[in-house]
Amino acid sequence: MSDHLQHISLPKGSLETQTTTLNLGPTHPATHGVFQNIIELDGERIVSAEQTVGYIHRAFEKIAERRPLYQITVLTDRLNYCSAPLNNMGWHMTCEKLLGIKTPKRVDYLRVIIMELSRITDHLICNSIVGVDSGAFTGFLYVMQYRELVYEIYEEICGARLTTNMGRIGGFERNFNDIVWQKLDKFLVEFPKAWKEFEDLFMRNRIFMDRLIGTGAISAERALNYGFTGPNLRAAGVDYDVRVHTPYSSYEDFEFTIPVGTTGDNYDRFLVRGQEVWQSISIIKQAYEKVKQFKGAEAEVYHADAPEYYLPEKELVYTTIESLIWHFKIVMGESDIPKGEVYHSVEGANGELGFYLISDGGRTPYRLHFRRPSFIYYQAFSELIKNNMLSDAIMTMSSLNLIAGELDA
Amino acid sequence: MTLTNEIVKQKLIEKFGDQLTNWEEPYNFLTFTAPKDLNIKILQFLYDDETLKFRFLTDLTAVHYPDRKGEEIAVVYHLHNLEDNIRLRFKVYTDEEKTEVFTATALYETANWLERETYDFFGVHFIGHPNLKRIMNVEEMDYFPLRKQYPLEDQTREDKDDEMFGRGGSIF
Repeated sequence: MSDHLQHISLPKGSLETQTTTLNLGPTHPATHGVFQNIIELDGERIVSAEQTVGYIHRAFEKIAERRPLYQITVLTDRLNYCSAPLNNMGWHMTCEKLLGIKTPKRVDYLRVIIMELSRITDHLICNSIVGVDSGAFTGFLYVMQYRELVYEIYEEICGARLTTNMGRIGGFERNFNDIVWQKLDKFLVEFPKAWKEFEDLFMRNRIFMDRLIGTGAISAERALNYGFTGPNLRAAGVDYDVRVHTPYSSYEDFEFTIPVGTTGDNYDRFLVRGQEVWQSISIIKQAYEKVKQFKGAEAEVYHADAPEYYLPEKELVYTTIESLIWHFKIVMGESDIPKGEVYHSVEGANGELGFYLISDGGRTPYRLHFRRPSFIYYQAFSELIKNNMLSDAIMTMSSLNLIAGELDA
Repeated sequence: MTLTNEIVKQKLIEKFGDQLTNWEEPYNFLTFTAPKDLNIKILQFLYDDETLKFRFLTDLTAVHYPDRKGEEIAVVYHLHNLEDNIRLRFKVYTDEEKTEVFTATALYETANWLERETYDFFGVHFIGHPNLKRIMNVEEMDYFPLRKQYPLEDQTREDKDDEMFGRGGSIF
């Protein structure tokens, strides 16, 4: 029995002197996803916990071994489904690295806009869910309408909302239309105000601070040892960001700062995500300005010139034999893929999202492995919640931003 | 002085000599192969050395090559030196019948679940792992599904006789 109860004298053998085992999940309403935790409780304090994962494992890595590259994009949608376009872009860039395709600058900037929009949607879900779990539902409902606005932008670009399957190897399937830019304008005007209000509601809220500060903390050393990346690592004070360390998609052309925390607790994770949203807004604005700079034919470019891998326009498929051949070869997965071994990573909303692709020259990957940040940092969960209250464990889970789809692949 | 692939390679060769083979740099990513009983020594050396400082385990997984007799399974480590921002990959090969490889959990907590996943899908037994059991699949499963002898679709089915779409098993 732990020290804090020793001043109460309990009769020998009474139930209160024993620990309780609680089965939290796999479908508990407070866990936002299929997570099971077997928690040993001493009163309300957690003595130990064991996580079980794999409830929604869908064998993506096995399936990927039988699919041509372009059919794997839909699998990446279903990893972190709160920011699916980010996964899509990461996968396309991995393929482009293998195939040696160089994308035009305009495509890079369009991708940056989409990737930062999805980072915003992901962070706003995470932060507002932290609010919900601490008893403040209003913020969640309030920012949700801006996620809706972003989803409308996705719809204009690719026709889908949640599992987007956006873009192609080499660029986008079509150019951004006027409605996209109008909606983006609207978003850039209205969302910062809402996000400011959202932060005002929570950031210096006494109750909220008391719930979050000091709970679920991890030191920088332990976080690195556990393989943390992304906002959760930065909250512990390590300024590692793939966008800066290994720039992709022309991130080197943008100016932004990496927010870092100090204590690695739930409150710092909340603040780091909040600040990253501001940085993302700034990046989107810069990218928008850069896109406007293109003149003439350059302003219409939305994909790389890679006929072997990029589907030709439908009209050409019906009228020219070359396009028909390319179309057929791409759809049937008969394009030649070079042999090679590629590791490419992007800064996903949860951290370093890596794709380890081995190609033996066949029509499908020989082996594909996803480095899923949630899977790697969820290991630390039992250490993070030990000696905390049960209610803090729920907060820790939501502030880590665990996404079951990404965790279980 | 910035750390380059060349310096990392030299340092490793100084320490381990010609035991490390297959040096490659695909897409500027330093890659080599090591004997499997050296894996922890290499990880420890890369961790401790004051110049190399590879102290972040990015990824750990395996690949199955059924045609390489006696070394069918490759365990792949991806390491990252965050200070100098340089990455490194190395592989150890093991027999699919005798898959014992030393665990990296003493050095990296990250390795815990990644090794469990590798065990789950490829049957690599990590010696010294604190809790080596299946992580994604059910514990009753008696095979290792990511090995190449297990086809994606049930080969006994007759309603999907469509070789053109890669389902018949003849294309791949």
